[in-house]
Amino acid sequence: MSPAAVCLATIFAIVAVGTIVGFLAGVRRRMDLEQWTVGGRGFGVALVFLLMAGEVYTTFAFLGASGWAYSRGGPTLYVLAYLTLAYVVSFFILPQIWEAGRRHGMQTQSDFFLARYGNPWLAGCVCIVGIVCFVPYLQLQITGVGLIVSIASYDGIAPGPAMAVAVALLVAFVCVNGVRAVAWVSIVKDVLMVLAALAIGIGVPLIHFGGIGPMFRALVHAHPTHLTMPGATRNLGHAWFISTVLLTSLGFYMWPHSFAASFTARSADTLRRNAVVMPLYTLTLAFIFFAGFAAVLVVPGLPNGDLALLTVVRQSFPPWFLGVVGGAGALTAMVPASIFILTAATLFAKNLYRPLFAPAMSDAQVGRLARVTVVVLGLISLCLALFSSPTLVSLLLTGYAGVTQFFPGVVLGLYWPRVSARGVFAGLLAGVGGAVFLMTTHRDPLFGLSAGFLALCLNFLIVVIVTLVTPAVSRERSQRPGTVAWAADA
Amino acid sequence: MRKPSPGALLLALVPFVAMCFSVPLWDRIEPMVLGLPFNLFWLIAWIVLSSGCMWLVYRLECARAAAEQRAP
Repeated sequence: MSPAAVCLATIFAIVAVGTIVGFLAGVRRRMDLEQWTVGGRGFGVALVFLLMAGEVYTTFAFLGASGWAYSRGGPTLYVLAYLTLAYVVSFFILPQIWEAGRRHGMQTQSDFFLARYGNPWLAGCVCIVGIVCFVPYLQLQITGVGLIVSIASYDGIAPGPAMAVAVALLVAFVCVNGVRAVAWVSIVKDVLMVLAALAIGIGVPLIHFGGIGPMFRALVHAHPTHLTMPGATRNLGHAWFISTVLLTSLGFYMWPHSFAASFTARSADTLRRNAVVMPLYTLTLAFIFFAGFAAVLVVPGLPNGDLALLTVVRQSFPPWFLGVVGGAGALTAMVPASIFILTAATLFAKNLYRPLFAPAMSDAQVGRLARVTVVVLGLISLCLALFSSPTLVSLLLTGYAGVTQFFPGVVLGLYWPRVSARGVFAGLLAGVGGAVFLMTTHRDPLFGLSAGFLALCLNFLIVVIVTLVTPAVSRERSQRPGTVAWAADA
Repeated sequence: MRKPSPGALLLALVPFVAMCFSVPLWDRIEPMVLGLPFNLFWLIAWIVLSSGCMWLVYRLECARAAAEQRAP
């Protein structure tokens, strides 16, 4: 067999095993809307850990982080800091969100805003911003699959058809199974990903330099400034690092899917324990960085940094191993992509379409509409992935600049009883508007600070000012009629 | 909803200071530790130490919840 055939067969086998595990997980369970979206709120520490890890360690971590280590150098270290700090933040907000979710039967982030602020326009706005921010994140995953298959076929298959197959698979997978399948496929994916990362991170420096230490020595000798900030960039210095780490660590659980993943937990304590354990998972990423840095010397001059990891693996290991890495990478893209599609479809059907156009819809009908939305979203993201190609990290940071604008509304909503819907709404619009303005006019970073972070500061300021100038409404009147007393009062 | 205790918040601030705000102090290559440039070594060490901090926070909050249950 040719190397390409060995490699592609391995990838195909891994994806097939992953998919079968997913289908088996969904069998013999009645799939009502709650089971499909939040797994019946019965996940223990292990499953929540896997589900969250499944969302976190995406193609971005696999190809994007190593790609930036290759092309940008030092500034990439922000990834290690922000993931760890995101879990620190999660300790203080996720258990509270879970508690509120249980009391009000929430399934989505938009449900949270509706129950807390009683303003359907605010909830609808949260819903739309969330879905729009998913687009670059989804595009990132699908582009990733295309790159993987194209490199694994030794450039025999174009990325386009590979992306189409991946989208078809994941749409089928999500429509049938919902969130429980995703958590179980994560097991296959995580085991492979950790093994692959260790093998690559240790193996590549060992093969080409005789170890990790000598590799870094050689790199420092050849490119003395690559490993510190601003590395190979002009404007990504320390101020950028601090502002970006703050933006992304605060925004991490504001992604609608991560937010909703906390509802799958069995108890608030599950989430607290998770916050203690999750930082350790970030260690895997360090190994991926080693490979990215080694690639600077081993395969210099690649047109696209995102190709660095797989190219260096192809140069260092036999085809079957490239197949294993490619298979892990493909699952790494498909698992999160199915979570994004699942979340976005639920948001659209439950929080946008039903309240605005068809208030009489039953849960079963919403479930069906969500499945149709899954297909539509899959096709939209495929089209985007086929026709545009920024780097994976810049796609991710664009999404973050948007979703982090939910942070003031969530945190103040949990801890400041007085905060008003009007204030949060004004802050959200100003934050999203500010971020869009700065990014579309190429003012990111501005004065060395990340644009999304500046927008977040503006957002916070406006929420506080507007809340303080509007007269305090009594709690009873600010509640939407029919809802139970808000958990924050208890 | 119960607010976190000042002690817990202070402990949680430690990883933020170490991994984020103090970046100009540790963003350098020398001295290399265990073959890693200093900035990379520092961050990897703090991934583990942050988990330790959060474990302390968890114990602290658990103890507080238990104390509140005993004396309502």
